[in-house]
Amino acid sequence: MTEDIRALTARMADEPGSLAFLELAEALRRRGQLEAAYKVARGGVSRYPGLADAHDLMARVLSDQGDLAGAFDAWSSALQLDPMRTSALKGIAFLYFRAGDRAAALTHLERALEVDPDDPTIPQAISRLGTEAPAAPVPPPVESRPLPTPVSSAPAARGTQDLFEQLEGGGQGLLLVDGNGLRLGGRLTGADGDAMGDRVAAQLAGVSREAARATRLLGLGSWHSIALESPDAHLVLAQPTSDTVLLASRDPSMPMGRVTLLAERAARAARAWLEVEG
Amino acid sequence: MTATQTSLDRVTRVAGVRGALIVSAADGLVVAEQLMDGVDGQAAAALTGSLVGRLARTAESAGLRPPVFVHLRGEAGSVLAAPGPDDLVLVAVVGPEANLGLARLEMIEAAGRLA
Repeated sequence: MTEDIRALTARMADEPGSLAFLELAEALRRRGQLEAAYKVARGGVSRYPGLADAHDLMARVLSDQGDLAGAFDAWSSALQLDPMRTSALKGIAFLYFRAGDRAAALTHLERALEVDPDDPTIPQAISRLGTEAPAAPVPPPVESRPLPTPVSSAPAARGTQDLFEQLEGGGQGLLLVDGNGLRLGGRLTGADGDAMGDRVAAQLAGVSREAARATRLLGLGSWHSIALESPDAHLVLAQPTSDTVLLASRDPSMPMGRVTLLAERAARAARAWLEVEG
Repeated sequence: MTATQTSLDRVTRVAGVRGALIVSAADGLVVAEQLMDGVDGQAAAALTGSLVGRLARTAESAGLRPPVFVHLRGEAGSVLAAPGPDDLVLVAVVGPEANLGLARLEMIEAAGRLA
């Protein structure tokens, strides 16, 4: 362990709520200790979900780990929090370039250049776009992702089809349910198509009231989320509004913390959509 | 010390845990408990038993095996539940400062030994 990492680790131990995680995770990432960097970054994102730096850092770590879909998601989160963030614009451009979508890569680099015309790396990257081949193929989820948009420009009148389109996996594995157990949006499909989603939605009727009663009577305030581990999936329930429930379902290989972050983002998207839809 | 008491003892030793109890999920009754003052065991049992039952049915509707761990997070703490055999559920009420990772591990292991 180098001195800087030792010192940062000690600082983190003394001040677990400080922003030292940003430096520590970046130092670990630069040394190639990606798993350790991921754990530090994940803790930081959990403590500071509204901090664009934390998401930006997480994206760099995930990108180095080869989780390009996760990196895209994290940079998108950073951009939603800070639409002028050139590092996130450059990161997403890089991912589009890896995916072979030069036009989308160029769009993001041009946006970055508008924000920071003095950054010499941006014109260099733009000039390289026309000459270099993509370094490696990229997983389909990244290729199919729409361009991220800032929260402020989010949902005008949109249908339920694209309610979650900007989130990891689109609407698949995300379900928005009203207080009567009816599906409002998202998809949870099985062998019988959308019928599974409807069955699950029906079971979720009243779960919000039940959770609220439990936390209130136990002196725990209002409820934020319910995480459920099955050997087959990780599920997280969140509460976009007092009378709706959002379910996020992912493979158990995805850490529960990430499923929770996804559910929180989906709940924010659902809340915005519900405000528009009335 | 019985196996049940040992299970509760291991869970309540984790930092931040305010109490643990074993609940019969079918009727929401307390089978055994080890709670700090101020924690309503009967309310925790009835409400958690009902909620875990509902979540198990939700999992079943999604074609999933039953949950092995449930975490209900509130703004001032959490309720943790680990279903075990014979329709028993190990429940813990924890504060916001609790070591959730350790509590989860202890609960899943202890719930597997309930009978």
